[in-house]
Amino acid sequence: MRHLLSTGDLTRDEAVLLLDTAEEMRSVAERPIKKLPTLRGRTVVNLFFEDSTRTRISFEAAAKRLSADVINFAAKGSSVSKGESLKDTALTLQAMGADAVVIRHGASGAPARLARAGWIDSAILNAGDGSHEHPTQALLDAFTMRRHLAPGEQGLDGRRVAIVGDVLHSRVARSNALLLATLGAEVTLVAPPTLMPYGVERWPVDTSYELDPVLAKADAVMMLRVQHERMNAAYFPSAREYSRRYGLDTKRMARLPEHAIVMHPGPMNRGMEISADVADSARSVIVEQVTNGVAVRMAALYLLLSGARETPAPTPEVTSDTTHDTTEGQA
Amino acid sequence: MTAYVIRNANLLGEQVADLRIVDGVIAEIGTDLDTSGDVEVVDATGLIALPGLVDLHTHLREPGREDAETVETGTRSAAAGGYTLVHAMANTDPVADTAGVVEQVWRLGREHGYCDVAPVGAVTVGLGGERLAELGAMADSAARVRVFSDDGKCVSDAVLMRRALEYVKAFDGVIAQHSQEPRLTEGAQMNEGELSGVLGLVGWPAVAEEAIIARDVLLAEHVGSRLHVCHLSTRGSVEIVRWAKSRGIDVTAEVTPHHLLLTDQLAATYDPLYKVNPPLRTADDVAALREALAEGIIDIVATDHAPHPSEDKDCEWAAAAFGMTGLETALSVVQHTMVDTGLLDWAGVAARMSAKPAEIGRVAAHGRPLAVGEPANVVLYDPAATRVVRREDAVSRSRNTPYAGLELPGRVVATFLRGRPTVLDGTVLEEVSA
Repeated sequence: MRHLLSTGDLTRDEAVLLLDTAEEMRSVAERPIKKLPTLRGRTVVNLFFEDSTRTRISFEAAAKRLSADVINFAAKGSSVSKGESLKDTALTLQAMGADAVVIRHGASGAPARLARAGWIDSAILNAGDGSHEHPTQALLDAFTMRRHLAPGEQGLDGRRVAIVGDVLHSRVARSNALLLATLGAEVTLVAPPTLMPYGVERWPVDTSYELDPVLAKADAVMMLRVQHERMNAAYFPSAREYSRRYGLDTKRMARLPEHAIVMHPGPMNRGMEISADVADSARSVIVEQVTNGVAVRMAALYLLLSGARETPAPTPEVTSDTTHDTTEGQA
Repeated sequence: MTAYVIRNANLLGEQVADLRIVDGVIAEIGTDLDTSGDVEVVDATGLIALPGLVDLHTHLREPGREDAETVETGTRSAAAGGYTLVHAMANTDPVADTAGVVEQVWRLGREHGYCDVAPVGAVTVGLGGERLAELGAMADSAARVRVFSDDGKCVSDAVLMRRALEYVKAFDGVIAQHSQEPRLTEGAQMNEGELSGVLGLVGWPAVAEEAIIARDVLLAEHVGSRLHVCHLSTRGSVEIVRWAKSRGIDVTAEVTPHHLLLTDQLAATYDPLYKVNPPLRTADDVAALREALAEGIIDIVATDHAPHPSEDKDCEWAAAAFGMTGLETALSVVQHTMVDTGLLDWAGVAARMSAKPAEIGRVAAHGRPLAVGEPANVVLYDPAATRVVRREDAVSRSRNTPYAGLELPGRVVATFLRGRPTVLDGTVLEEVSA
């Protein structure tokens, strides 16, 4: 693995290796000293063109637990608005010797451009690009599902997963649909027809416009965030109607089989796609998803960076936490 | 003025003959023409001779975006591609919506002398889609504008489109419509299809083009006007134009070289070199466009040559400009997609890339047959040559060719504009006397 751009690029073996590695990383988190020396001397840049404190912190924690140097580069606003271009930013990071760049960008395909345009040699990790993909989110979702629904197994063969909501604009849904299919799960996307992507019938998933019949057979149900502004673009008539038809409340949750889990990639609109009761219920694994996110991102950084290049010879002195925080407010 | 004898040219691929060019016209056609006296001989053995090509759809960018292209660099690029006349689109800055701007562009073309320039006038003031530009003033100007287009934007207001179609009848003008329903294409980045859904790029659905073409052919029928459809790109659009022509509606249509060759699958690279408007479509659309061009449902090939500086393409897809260069590769792409496939002979190419576009643009002195007494606008083309397209070889100021790295057949060896060479031995001449 040179980059992690799309879960569609992962073979089943690679996906399982990532999940197995994440399992080992998670055990580190349970130790009193939550740190491995694996990526000492390596530099990981968190390049965030969109605000996402949650994802950024998760990657930062993952890199630090592997002893990498972390640089946070928050390029506020989009590069479309005048300022430093993506290319110039990449050249800067190249000059600083970044070993891995974790990029969040509003434009679909921006990580792919970084990986292929010849601006920079670093390993590129897609931390969410436009409405394209968010591979580590899908990996942490699969990881969480495997722990609950298929312990001791490699994949998620035969497990039924419902992904509900704004599939059209969701990078989480795309990455999950591809990864879960690779791992053998049966995925059903549930959305009003206006929020289904064009051509979805050729994806490796089932689709449904109705939630209730899908719930009865689901092992996991993943609720996607729905932006209020979609209403103004006539995707659905009102938040209330959306919530009635596609929201997960206690009454609907009762249709789920006993063992089924409820997931949400966050941040939630409580009362819109998911009711507060459901989010806080015993079936909800939403908080655990966050914990698993760090382990999965450790696994991804580890697999991309260890072996990709020679690791510098270990130095005898004890390294302290070498973090440089450079926040560039202006983009 | 130097006299030329072009030796052993294969005229339209039909007949090998010599051409004598004197004082800007074809003076004699025959075999073994006398070359004594003050005559320069150009050996055209193995070369196809075509009438100088005419492009109905070129962006020369001047005035306003001289960093992308100028009239000089754009017409040099055109000459390199075998063109002797290009129609310069109106979306410059300032917009070509007054007699002053179109005359300036026209004069620059005359001064540089590489290729004639017929300015296209904007349909609406500032391409704003609200008020008609002074179409009559542009028609009456020295530039003699006959083609009007808001290209880049669609004249989407049905009433405004109706009025424009009606108004230009007074001077035998034509409205060249960029058919794109604006609301259906807000934020659109690529063809709407299976791939746009996977790539997370906002789709540009075929229906947004087809709905406007359908409306416009009905409007043209209703008011008895002439309509030209720019860069038609879908199978559905072909069917609508076929239907309109069968009803006797006065509609013509163009296809670009890139829509004859490239498909939307290239967007999977996220490389903005493949970002263009209308977007690259499916392989099925490409097949339909080739058949329609062969059949004459699509009348002409027009390049939509759209130069952009590298910073507008060396970026992420969403931030990039739409468009690709095309003048220097058009004939090669047409050979590759239409001639080498057996869909079209060279006479058919001449009709679609020279005679018909000149007729649509109502330009009398171009697109003429290779015959005695006609203006000596001639291109000599080697169909047996092959070349790998390289960005650094561009004559255009911009290098956003989508064909870089691709091997294409054919090479323009020489171009004559009214008897004077603009290209010899495949190289654009530094000095041309206008």
